[in-house]
Amino acid sequence: MSAAAPALETRGLSKSFGALTVANAIDFRLAAGARHALIGPNGAGKSSFVNLVTGALRAGGGTIHLGGSEITGLAQSARVKRGLVRTFQINALFRRLCVLENVTLAIAEREGIAGQLLRPAGRYRAVIDEAYALLETLGLADQALLPVSALAYGRQRLVEIAVALGLAPKVLLLDEPAAGIPSGESGIVVSVIERLPPDIAILIIEHDMDLVFRLAQTITVLVQGSILVEGPPAAIAADPLVREVYLGERGRR
Amino acid sequence: MAAEAARAAVVEAFARRHRFRPLEAVPWLIAAAGYFLLPQYLTLGAQIFATILFVLSADLVLGYAGIVTLGQAAFFGTGAYTAGILAANGWGEPLSGLAAAALAAALVGFLSGLVILRTGGLALLIQTLIVATTLYEAANKASWLTGGDDGLQGVVEWPIFGVFRFDMLGRVAYVYCLAVLFVGWLAARLVVHSPFGRSLTGARENIARMHAIGAPVARRRLIVYTISAALAGASGALIAQTTSFVGLTSLSLERSGNALIMLIIGGVGRLYGAFIGVPLFMIAQDRFAEIDPVYWYFWLGLLMVAVVVFARGGVLGLVERLWASAGR
Repeated sequence: MSAAAPALETRGLSKSFGALTVANAIDFRLAAGARHALIGPNGAGKSSFVNLVTGALRAGGGTIHLGGSEITGLAQSARVKRGLVRTFQINALFRRLCVLENVTLAIAEREGIAGQLLRPAGRYRAVIDEAYALLETLGLADQALLPVSALAYGRQRLVEIAVALGLAPKVLLLDEPAAGIPSGESGIVVSVIERLPPDIAILIIEHDMDLVFRLAQTITVLVQGSILVEGPPAAIAADPLVREVYLGERGRR
Repeated sequence: MAAEAARAAVVEAFARRHRFRPLEAVPWLIAAAGYFLLPQYLTLGAQIFATILFVLSADLVLGYAGIVTLGQAAFFGTGAYTAGILAANGWGEPLSGLAAAALAAALVGFLSGLVILRTGGLALLIQTLIVATTLYEAANKASWLTGGDDGLQGVVEWPIFGVFRFDMLGRVAYVYCLAVLFVGWLAARLVVHSPFGRSLTGARENIARMHAIGAPVARRRLIVYTISAALAGASGALIAQTTSFVGLTSLSLERSGNALIMLIIGGVGRLYGAFIGVPLFMIAQDRFAEIDPVYWYFWLGLLMVAVVVFARGGVLGLVERLWASAGR
């Protein structure tokens, strides 16, 4: 990868459902090692953007590039193999499986052993060791053998991140990582994100402004499927356009 | 260090989940004892073993892969007719007949799975039903080959290994079915405890997340569907070979439905649900039919309702909960 190539880039990315345009020629760049936030009012197209980039939705037009090479035509699983990983706004976990196994499933997939039929999963010690070490770094080790459904929702949000980290992402899309957590407890999620390896380029899709301003170096504002403005947090906070459409100043006039 | 010890304990406990436990020997010990203690019931025993294999095949797709199916009889019937037609037309060698049956059923599973597994939920359920119904009607029409409504006659099995002739008391059938069930169970156990099987369980729990971690979910579901079809086909072959008869009911919805009922009574997704559910169902069916020859199916239904309401997770689920509360 050349130093100049962004970790993730979209050029003219478009998608419509009938008359509804959810992505309107989006040119977006996520720099290597970035801490970047994508914000926007409800219905702005943030989730569609994530689904387009990860391949859950097929792009209507434009191209997507990961580390300089095009991935527009690749299936979701192929993009994951190249290091493009997402988490979900609403926990998407293997609820009846234990925390440790949620992570071993991801690691086994990454290591290409998840299709193995002839040896018990317990024989792959390196996978289990790695998963446990990952849980330790996230402070989940003491709940490793509990089913995910037995954990408090805030803890489950950490498992959500752990599963993604098990895939050794190069680009990590965090879809509202603090959603559903009481605001007083979102600090745990923030500190986990702050401690993620600096070489992972992170895009945070978020509603919680405190979290965005604490974590992001760059903020992109998306409105009606188009990028309205992009810049450092201070500039975004001061931008009159942003205040109008996003922070709801229109109503005060 | 405490953290090191905790790590070792957790990793060990997790890895041990996939090892053989002493309790798993119990069904086989009971089956072996049955041969000596219940000589007058060996024929019934052979039927029970073959049916367990069938329900086990359903557990593999329903309990582990989360593929809801009402068409498992398609594979059972394919296996039964394959083994039966071979034996009725001059090839009565049981083991090759069994292998041919499993292969034919696997082929039907693979080809139909290729088409129908693209869907999920209710659409998939109906399509599994359609596959089985189509085969049922095909077997009905092709009476020159299958005997149609009258069933397949003239099934003549040769002795196993050229030595062990199927006897009136069902001794050979009992051992034969038990041995095949054992091999089928080993295969199923290997599958569900492998990384492949765990990833299927992941797809059952959350298919969107399996896609998001890069799993080729469609391919894995097709593989397990094919394996399950092979086991169901082997089960059909066992019934055909040990009863020397194949009827259209081997492809019927009732057979698919009964498999689900037996699985739910025993416990879904536990690998041993079939071992509990099948004998319970067959004994209950026998008892109810004797007590109330007209409405026996009603009582069976009532038993089913009781299981669903009071014993979610079937008998094994109930045992697990009692075990857990006793441990506290």
